[in-house]
Amino acid sequence: MNINLTLIGQIIAFAVFVAFCMKFVWPPLINAMQERAKKIADGLDAANRAERDLKLAQEKATSQIREAKEQAAQVIEQANKRASQIIDEAKETARQEGERLKAAAQAEIDQEVNRAKETLRTKVSTLAVAGASKILETSIDVEKHNALLDKLAEEL
Amino acid sequence: MAGNSTEYIKHHLTNLTYGELPAGYERADGSVLSEASWTLAQSAQEAGDMGFMALHVDSLAWSIGLGALIMFLFYRAARKATTGVPSGFQNFVEVMVEFVDNTVKESFHGRNPLVAPLALTIFCWVFMMNLMDLIPVDVVPKLFELGFAAAGHDPHHAFMKIVPSTDPNITMGLSITVFALMIFYSIKVKGIGGFMGELTLHPFNVKNPFVQALFVPINFFLESIALIAKPISLALRLFGNMYAGEMIFILIALLFSAGLALGLLGGVLQWAWAVFHILVITLQAFIFMMLTIVYLSMAHEDH
Repeated sequence: MNINLTLIGQIIAFAVFVAFCMKFVWPPLINAMQERAKKIADGLDAANRAERDLKLAQEKATSQIREAKEQAAQVIEQANKRASQIIDEAKETARQEGERLKAAAQAEIDQEVNRAKETLRTKVSTLAVAGASKILETSIDVEKHNALLDKLAEEL
Repeated sequence: MAGNSTEYIKHHLTNLTYGELPAGYERADGSVLSEASWTLAQSAQEAGDMGFMALHVDSLAWSIGLGALIMFLFYRAARKATTGVPSGFQNFVEVMVEFVDNTVKESFHGRNPLVAPLALTIFCWVFMMNLMDLIPVDVVPKLFELGFAAAGHDPHHAFMKIVPSTDPNITMGLSITVFALMIFYSIKVKGIGGFMGELTLHPFNVKNPFVQALFVPINFFLESIALIAKPISLALRLFGNMYAGEMIFILIALLFSAGLALGLLGGVLQWAWAVFHILVITLQAFIFMMLTIVYLSMAHEDH
């Protein structure tokens, strides 16, 4: 219980330990801890930023998909329109072709009719001549009366 | 038995003292010194008679040894400190550092790079010194006695107190250093005038300068007592708690030599007291640190 030199020794030891702690122990530890705290804060910041970026990217992707869909729909619509147009055109062409064919057929038919009429006329005239000659029982000079006969045929 | 017990307790409460005995001094063994000489005390009486020129070898050795140990461990952790994921001992050290740092930030409002390392040193060191109290009281002294005898000395003179904080020199050494820092920073922050003003213008403060002059000596007296009470209470609080705790351990240890039944009771009591003491040693270390921070904070406060 005596107060003696131990006191001085303890004061010196205390001063040395505090100085040591202040120089070699405290700064590296507290620096490391502060640096780590900063790192963690930065990491959290980065994570937040990444999340935000992700959200933005997702929004962008969604809008792009929507745009693409719209474009696709537009293209399809155009294609449909074009297809019906082509069909209409084809129909029109077919109709015109049909009409043309019909006209040609009509013309041919008319031609045939005319030809048949002509043939009939000729035949009738011949028949008439034959009949007349039979009636008259006279020979008729064919060449003499040819002009008359033609005229007759024409009148038929 | 009674004499034995007294001897036992006295032996346990005596430091291993190395000091100067005056010429003509009659030693405990009856021999008379022809001239003043430095030697190990052979009894508590001799240790007392050595006066101021003596060293408590055990207190100082344990104190410095424990301080060096904790500083070495912390230094190793600090050198290897990484900003990555900490592991093992570094975790523990960082917990301590963070705890002290937070305490200092809460209680100390000035800017001083000394305070936090000082608080850390005090807390860890005082805790380590107090922790020695949990080692059963007879283990180390007995081993030391054997070693002392083997070295050719009288084992009766093998005094060994392994809890440095039960030595008032050790606790006073800490508190006087803290006191010196208080005075130093008071003067540095407030100037000599500010510091003297703090000592003389409170608690009685009146506008009239003549009346105030009358109050100055009273104020100075009161404030000086308050100032000096700080380091003394700081040292004696730690010393008292640890000394009392150690004393209880010694008294419990007496039961071990008093038969099987009392010995068993002693074992239970020792365990219970040790468990309770874990709280005391931690609390005392914390209080010492906390009060140091508060006193230094007061020293930095400019009115």
